[in-house]
Amino acid sequence: MFQVRLHGRGGQGVVTAAELLSIAGFTQGKHAQAFPSFGSERTGAPVVSFCRLDDKEIRLREPILEPDCVIVQDPTLFHAIDVFQGLKPGGYVLINSSKSISELGVAEQLKDVPEDHIRGVNATELAIRPVSRPVPNAALLGGFAAISRQITLEAVEKAIATKFGGRIAAGNIEAARAAHAAALGKELVNAQTA
Amino acid sequence: MLKQLEGSHAVAEAVALCRPEVICAYPISPQTHIVERCGELVREGRVGNCEFINVESEFAALSVAIGSSAAGARSYTATASQGLLFMAEAVYNAAGLGLPIVMTVANRAIGAPINIWNDHTDSMSMRDAGWIQLFAETNQEALDLHIQAFKIAERLSCPVMVCMDGFILTHAYERVDMPDQEIVDRFLPPFKPRQVLDPANPYSIGAMVGPDAFMEVRYLAHDKQIQALEVIPEVATEFKELFGRDSGGLLHGYKVDDAETVVVTLGSVAGTVKDTVDQLREGSTKIGVVTIGSFRPFPLQALRKELSGAKRIVVLEKSLAVGFGGVVANNIMMAMQGSGIHVHTVVAGLGGRPITVPSLTKLFETAHADKLEDLHFLDLRRDVVNAELARQHAHIGSGPIAENILKSLYRDEANTANAS
Repeated sequence: MFQVRLHGRGGQGVVTAAELLSIAGFTQGKHAQAFPSFGSERTGAPVVSFCRLDDKEIRLREPILEPDCVIVQDPTLFHAIDVFQGLKPGGYVLINSSKSISELGVAEQLKDVPEDHIRGVNATELAIRPVSRPVPNAALLGGFAAISRQITLEAVEKAIATKFGGRIAAGNIEAARAAHAAALGKELVNAQTA
Repeated sequence: MLKQLEGSHAVAEAVALCRPEVICAYPISPQTHIVERCGELVREGRVGNCEFINVESEFAALSVAIGSSAAGARSYTATASQGLLFMAEAVYNAAGLGLPIVMTVANRAIGAPINIWNDHTDSMSMRDAGWIQLFAETNQEALDLHIQAFKIAERLSCPVMVCMDGFILTHAYERVDMPDQEIVDRFLPPFKPRQVLDPANPYSIGAMVGPDAFMEVRYLAHDKQIQALEVIPEVATEFKELFGRDSGGLLHGYKVDDAETVVVTLGSVAGTVKDTVDQLREGSTKIGVVTIGSFRPFPLQALRKELSGAKRIVVLEKSLAVGFGGVVANNIMMAMQGSGIHVHTVVAGLGGRPITVPSLTKLFETAHADKLEDLHFLDLRRDVVNAELARQHAHIGSGPIAENILKSLYRDEANTANAS
């Protein structure tokens, strides 16, 4: 089982991101379970969501206490809560930022995580032109596909197309592709901001 | 067809496949997504000849369902928590009149203190109202139980409450197998009411009954539940024949055959319990679990049979009979009376407190070693409780409990943050 915990703030689509991730897993034939942290979400307040991926039925219903991957949609959360709590040694970290982990002040917390398992992707920047809104959630899933290899970029694109329609889907797919390329360290021509 | 859906949407789609003629509901967390989706499906014309009626309260929602059901329409509603309490009088009336309404309860705690999270206090408060109460373990089972519920309700002319854990199931996206309309139509024939308000053949429903006959009418309500003990497994068998899935029924056993310790529970926590049981079995602890599918009627004999080989029983429940102990455990004690098998009560997960594998592992190991107390509160913070009790002993005017506790918790957190 591969367990992902997503941290962000109300309004950034944290819950939707976990749902999208579960749909992406499902399109690849995996069992997937996504759920929110069940709070009274308010815009700007810290929000947590979860997604489990497995090849067999998922029966476990507890919150994810020891994630294999932590996705941080908003690096200002580092000042408020310990987002990396319980992260498995050798796990993965994806942060919505182009700053290094030392610049973000979390290098010490991530000392047990292999360097190539940690990526910063400026997903908000990559999303703002194609989506016309600063929503990093779907874009980050492209980055997640790149670093974890648990799901494919194609599955992320299908999930986005399933959940959204028309222009919103197209924009988020473009952002996810750009974040995927950025996480792999490849420049994607059409990801350049216009 | 396999789909990755939110539990609420899976239930709404299943309800639509049952061709209800009236849906009436008032939104309340965590039930809201169910009725929102029902409303959309009706508007999109995907529920056939169905009217979605907006109402001003939960009392109105069930009152409308009582009226429409009495007029011969297949009727559905959904609620949770305070909403269920607000319609309480109508809950008793729907059962007393014998109207086969199906209602989802997205289980949530009851205030005060106000709390939107999951436990079973709401459904348990209505356990004696005369409704059949079915509990879902997964979203697949929640979906399947709604299809079965209409059949059970209409066969017995008795309302059915399908209970699913709020947020944990209603807001979880997971894989479900959504059946086709054609197969649901084969399983669930059109509603043929036992009683109906019809101007062409007028009679009244809801007579006043005095001491001369009230006992008999109430006894027949009990008898109907006893009949349901036969009908619920029958319908589950019919369902399996057509849909190919084991869903519903009175109870499900898991690794019970050689188990010395048997955990009895209901609802979605059964999955976490099974994972814990599997881990403990790797260490050769003989432990199993029984999940109750039907809480009303309560399957006394089936449970007694299933649990007869246990040395001890641990009832894990998300409800508290304040001043007594467990609600489910009390029922299990009735099932096991005279057997000499010890029944422990474990109250857990109240107001959404997570129930985790590490806590369950410790709990079950303690029980297996015969060191568990009779009534245990899982992961209760004794320090918090003792601090409040000390405040109450120190000052006659110690203030409101909930506010005192929150204040001290946040002060402690702030102090820890400042110290680090």
